[in-house]
Amino acid sequence: MTSKIAMRILTAIVALIFLVSWITRSGSGMSDSAFTNVRDGFLITFAVFLTLSIFSFLYRDNPFYKFAESLYVGISAGYWMSYGFWSTIVGNFVPRASRSLSEFFHVPYQERADHILIYIPIIFGLILLTRLLPKIGWLSRWSLAFIIGATAGLNLTRYLRSDFISQVSNSFIPLFVDWKGAGDFVSHISLAADGQFIAILSNWVIFVGVMCGLVYFFFSKEHKGAFGVASRIGIWILMITFGASFGYTVMGRISLLVGRITFLFGDWLNIL
Amino acid sequence: MKQQIPLVLVFVFGVLLAIQYFVPSEPSQRFYEVALDGLTVIGIFAMVLGIWSQIHVGYNKIKRRAEDWQYSVVTLVSMFGMAFCGLSFMGGLNGPIFRQLYNNIFIPIQAAIFSLLAFYIASASYRAFRARSAVSTVLLVAALLLMLRVIPTGPLADPINQIGSWMLMVPNMAAKRAILIGVGLGSVATALKIVLGIERSYLGKD
Repeated sequence: MTSKIAMRILTAIVALIFLVSWITRSGSGMSDSAFTNVRDGFLITFAVFLTLSIFSFLYRDNPFYKFAESLYVGISAGYWMSYGFWSTIVGNFVPRASRSLSEFFHVPYQERADHILIYIPIIFGLILLTRLLPKIGWLSRWSLAFIIGATAGLNLTRYLRSDFISQVSNSFIPLFVDWKGAGDFVSHISLAADGQFIAILSNWVIFVGVMCGLVYFFFSKEHKGAFGVASRIGIWILMITFGASFGYTVMGRISLLVGRITFLFGDWLNIL
Repeated sequence: MKQQIPLVLVFVFGVLLAIQYFVPSEPSQRFYEVALDGLTVIGIFAMVLGIWSQIHVGYNKIKRRAEDWQYSVVTLVSMFGMAFCGLSFMGGLNGPIFRQLYNNIFIPIQAAIFSLLAFYIASASYRAFRARSAVSTVLLVAALLLMLRVIPTGPLADPINQIGSWMLMVPNMAAKRAILIGVGLGSVATALKIVLGIERSYLGKD
């Protein structure tokens, strides 16, 4: 009972702040039109309300957060629905399917001899919808089979080419770059970024790093002895990558937070 | 019908799309393009299934007056509202109301949700970055070097930038290559298992 009253008081306070913000923002609008100022004032206040509602989750789960979350789910579903329709159906299918439909949607018609082929995915798409009818729902497996078979076939060559062959070939690099003998190497040794020493060191680290990284992922043999040493070096190399990825993630999230703080204190409160 | 036809379809499309790469000709390129377009178009129908599922779950929740049913009303109303604003006579994707909803609701909530993770990642960083062992120290140093690269550090900026760049271009790349080689092999093995009908979990149980 107490929590319900507290919630109502809180809602009233939030509504009051929202109203004050809306009136203030509408009054300080830059446009000559009163309607535009009121509308922009409402939109920015509502965006602030949603931002603060999401941040309220830091305290604990609450109705404001749930409201913003549900609104986001709905808006994003509607957005992707519209985007999918306009970009894929109108942008991809209609120009090849029919002249009259192309004219209706104001997209240029692409006349092709094999335009009939575009109906095959449509048929598979319609078959996919049979999932909604329990009696013939098994038919949707045919469409699923097309998706899975096509993706598997494409991935077979794509991954083999880009993730396997090209990575292997790029790892087999000269370990002694511009080698003119030990004497020449020692007499010209330097830590310059474009120097021979750094180039040789880099290639050694890449080659040994790739090999040791692969050894770490090889679980068919116990990681003992020389194999264990290589595996431990592999862990060290992998840790550098994980550290770099983690650093990037931290920076990305912090920059998003800075963006939101700038929005709250700059666009809304005009303090920044 | 229930099991054999999907297996045949997977085999036929899998083999044809794998082979088309090795036959560089116009018909094979055309087949490749049609298959890619096909996957996108079927994806739209899959989205219809997802949206139907969302409507179904939301409607049932509202009908049963289940806990927090009010939020399902918010979801459904906003979903239909947004889709309505994206209709042709409302201006489609460039319609003014559609853009306003996108800029003032979709973007702020999305940015706030992702920025919320900054707080959680801060506590995760505390746990991950404690130098308890040599390996975790390597993780700490790599992450710190990467972050220090983009902030002004005065006279240290140049060496930090050089060491950080080398770390990204050399040891980081080596580990990524090892991971990608593993991913490549795993993906090829999985694709082969699917095409040859060894992996059939996508067919369900009956």
